[in-house]
Amino acid sequence: MDNIAGSKSSLQWAVQLSVIALVLLWLFPTVGLLVSSFRTADQIATSGWWKAMFPSEQNLVIRAADPDDEGVQVQQGDLWVIEGNLFALDGRSQGEISVWGTSSREIDAYAAGETAELKDGQQLTVEANGDYRLTAPEQMTGRGQRVFLTAVAPPEFTLDNYHSMLLDPNNSEGMAKAFFNTLTVTIPATVIPILIAAFAAYALAWMDFPGRAILIAIVVGLLVVPLQLALIPLLKFHNNIGIGKGYLGVWLAHTGFGLPLAIYLLRNYMAGLPRDIIENAKVDGASDFQIFTRIILPLSFPALASFAIFQFLWTWNDLLVAKVFLIDASGETTVMTNKIVELLGTRGGNWEILATAAFVSIAMPLLVFFAMQRYLVRGLLAGSVK
Amino acid sequence: MSGLKLSNVIKRYGDVQVIHGVDLEIEDGEFCVFVGPSGCGKSTLLRMVAGLEETSEGQISIGGRDVTHVDPAERGVAMVFQTYALYPHMTVEENMGFGLKMNGVPKAEIKQKVGEASRILKLDDYLKRKPKALSGGQRQRVAIGRAIVRGPEVFLFDEPLSNLDAELRVEMRVEIARLHKEIGATMIYVTHDQVEAMTLADKIVVLRLGNIEQVGAPMDLYRDPDNKFVAGFIGSPAMNFVEGVVEEGGTVRMPGLGDAVAPASVALPAAGSKVIVGLRPQHIRVDPEGDSHTVDITESLGGVSYVYANAANGDRLVVEAREDDPMPRGGKVGLSFDPANLFFFDAETEKRIR
Repeated sequence: MDNIAGSKSSLQWAVQLSVIALVLLWLFPTVGLLVSSFRTADQIATSGWWKAMFPSEQNLVIRAADPDDEGVQVQQGDLWVIEGNLFALDGRSQGEISVWGTSSREIDAYAAGETAELKDGQQLTVEANGDYRLTAPEQMTGRGQRVFLTAVAPPEFTLDNYHSMLLDPNNSEGMAKAFFNTLTVTIPATVIPILIAAFAAYALAWMDFPGRAILIAIVVGLLVVPLQLALIPLLKFHNNIGIGKGYLGVWLAHTGFGLPLAIYLLRNYMAGLPRDIIENAKVDGASDFQIFTRIILPLSFPALASFAIFQFLWTWNDLLVAKVFLIDASGETTVMTNKIVELLGTRGGNWEILATAAFVSIAMPLLVFFAMQRYLVRGLLAGSVK
Repeated sequence: MSGLKLSNVIKRYGDVQVIHGVDLEIEDGEFCVFVGPSGCGKSTLLRMVAGLEETSEGQISIGGRDVTHVDPAERGVAMVFQTYALYPHMTVEENMGFGLKMNGVPKAEIKQKVGEASRILKLDDYLKRKPKALSGGQRQRVAIGRAIVRGPEVFLFDEPLSNLDAELRVEMRVEIARLHKEIGATMIYVTHDQVEAMTLADKIVVLRLGNIEQVGAPMDLYRDPDNKFVAGFIGSPAMNFVEGVVEEGGTVRMPGLGDAVAPASVALPAAGSKVIVGLRPQHIRVDPEGDSHTVDITESLGGVSYVYANAANGDRLVVEAREDDPMPRGGKVGLSFDPANLFFFDAETEKRIR
C-alpha cells in the first residue's frame, strides 16, 4: 500500500512505536524464560538473566582443602604447606579472582597474588586463577580455611535443567508425562471440532434447507457465550451421563467450546468460494458429499489450517477446562499448564525449574506459530480480498 | 433427437416473478442465442434449463424427455460459465475428466475422451498445468473442453466471452462457431453482446424483462423487427428513433429529419396522431449542402465514420458515413434517406406498424 502516492499517514510513527512496544512486551518475558532455563539456581540467584551473556562478578565462599585429609599437607623444609586450586575444589565455578578475604566482614581485604598473614603464623597466597598456597610453621589441624572470593566468571549455560525436567525418570516433578498428557488432550481436541465444523460449515454455506439462517444466527450467538458460564452445568451433565472426568470429557468440552468459532470461520470462508465452481460440479454430476470432499475441502485448506492452529494453541495453553474436566488424584492425566501451577506451589522459589517448565510448555506454540504463520494470516484475511 | 422445448416456463423468487411464461422450441443441432440487456432474465432462463434454478411453473423437455424437476447432472447438459469455474486445485486434465469421474466412467475411457477434446481445442501441451498457470483464453478453452468431454445433448454457454479482452473474444467467437460446426450439438448461448449474437446464432431470442420479444434468424430480426426494442437492440450502431406526425394522405412528417415528409405504405393511424420512426445509421447520407442538423461529434473509424447530428427539435441521430462520402465541413449539415428504409412504430405500444 505504501507505493500509493501521498497516502503515507502522519501517524506512521505511532504505528511503529506501538509495534516496537508490543514486540518488546512479548519478547522480554519469553527470552527471559528461555535464558533462565539454561542457568543454574546460583546464577539465577546472583544475577539477572540479561547479564547471562556477559562475564559476571560473583562472590563465592570456598573452603581450602581439609588439612586432616591424608596427603593434603606436605612438609617442605620447616614449613607445612597446602597447595591447590580453589575452583578445582569447588568443582562448579570458573573465573578470575580480583579480590579475596578470609573473613566475611572483609571479603575484599586482599588483591589477587597478595599474601595474607593469618593466626599462628600461617600465610595464605591466592593467585588470580584460583591457585592457592597455605603455609604454616606447624602441622595444621581443623577444617579447611575459608576463602571469600570475588571472581569474574565467564558466561555459562547448562542443559541440566532440561535434562532433569524431561529425561530424568526419577524426578517426580518432571514434565515429560505432562507433555504427553497435553498432547493427548490437544490433538483430538483440535481434530474433532474441525471434522464436525467442516461438514456443518458446508451445509450452512451451500445447502438449502429450511431454518438455515436461524441456525447461522444461533451459531453466531454462541460465539459470545462465555466459556465460564457453561463449565459447571457441563461438568454435571458429564457426570450424569457417565463420562466423568477424563480425556473424553475434556475432548468433548473443547470441541463444544471451539465449534461456534470453527463453524463461523469455515462457513464464511466456504461461502466466499465461487458459486460457479460448485454449480459446475453439480452439473458435472457430483453429489453434495463429493462436492464437499473433492472441491470444498481442498479449496478451504487455508481456513482449515488457520482454525486448526487457533484451536491447537488455545487447547494447549488451556488451564481452566483442564482444571474442571481433567482432575485425577493420581496425577496421571495432569497437563502441563496444571503441572506448572503445582510447581509454583511446591517449588515457588526454584526459578530454574519454573523457567524450564514454562519454556517446555511454550515451545510447542512457538514452533506451531512460526511454522504455520502464513496460513494463520491467510485464513484470517480469507474472504476479505477477492 | 436432442432438441429443447420450453412451454410456459415461469420463475418466481418469492412474490417477484422474473420469467413470465416463456414458450420456446430449439431444434436439434441449432445454435440458439439469448440476448437482452442485463436483468432481462436470460441467464436465469439458461440456469433453469441447466437445472441450477428451480422452475416455478411450466415444463422443460430435452430430447422429448421432461426434465423440469430432474437433477442438473441427469439432464444431459453441460455448462460453460462466464468465470470459467475451473477447479483451481486440479490440473487441466483432472478438470476435464472430473465430470466423467463423478459418473464412474473407467479411467482409460476418461483419458481417451480428454485426449480427444484437448486435441480439438489445442490444449495438449497444457494438460498437466493448473488453471492459474493458463491465460484467459486457455482457461476458457479448458472450460469448453470440460463440457465437450461429457458429450452432452445440449451445451449451455453463460456469457463465456465477457471476461476476455476484445481481441481474444473475436478469436474465441470463431472457435466456438467452428466447434459448433464440428460437433453439431445443440447449443444455447447467453450474451448481452449483439455482435456475438449476430455472428454465432442460427436463432436469436431477444428477451426483455422476462418476456420473449422476438425469435428469429439474425438477419430476419435485423430486417424485420417486431417492435422498437428489438429494432434498437439488433444492429450496431443502434437504430435512430425520431418522432413523426401522421398527415392526411398516408404520409408522415418528421421534424427530427429536417421536417421531411415521407410516404408510408403501412396501415398508419389517423391523421394528426404520433408515431415513432426508426432509421438505421447505415441508411442515412450526409448532405453537406443542407443546414437542418448541427454536427456534434464525428468518430472516424477508418472505413466508416459515425456522425452525431442534433436536429433543431432536440432529436439526436447517428449517421454512418463511408470513407469516400463528402465529409461535413461546417457545423450545419443536411440528411437524406430513402423512405423505403423507414420503420414505423406505434407511439404507445411501440409495436411495429406494418
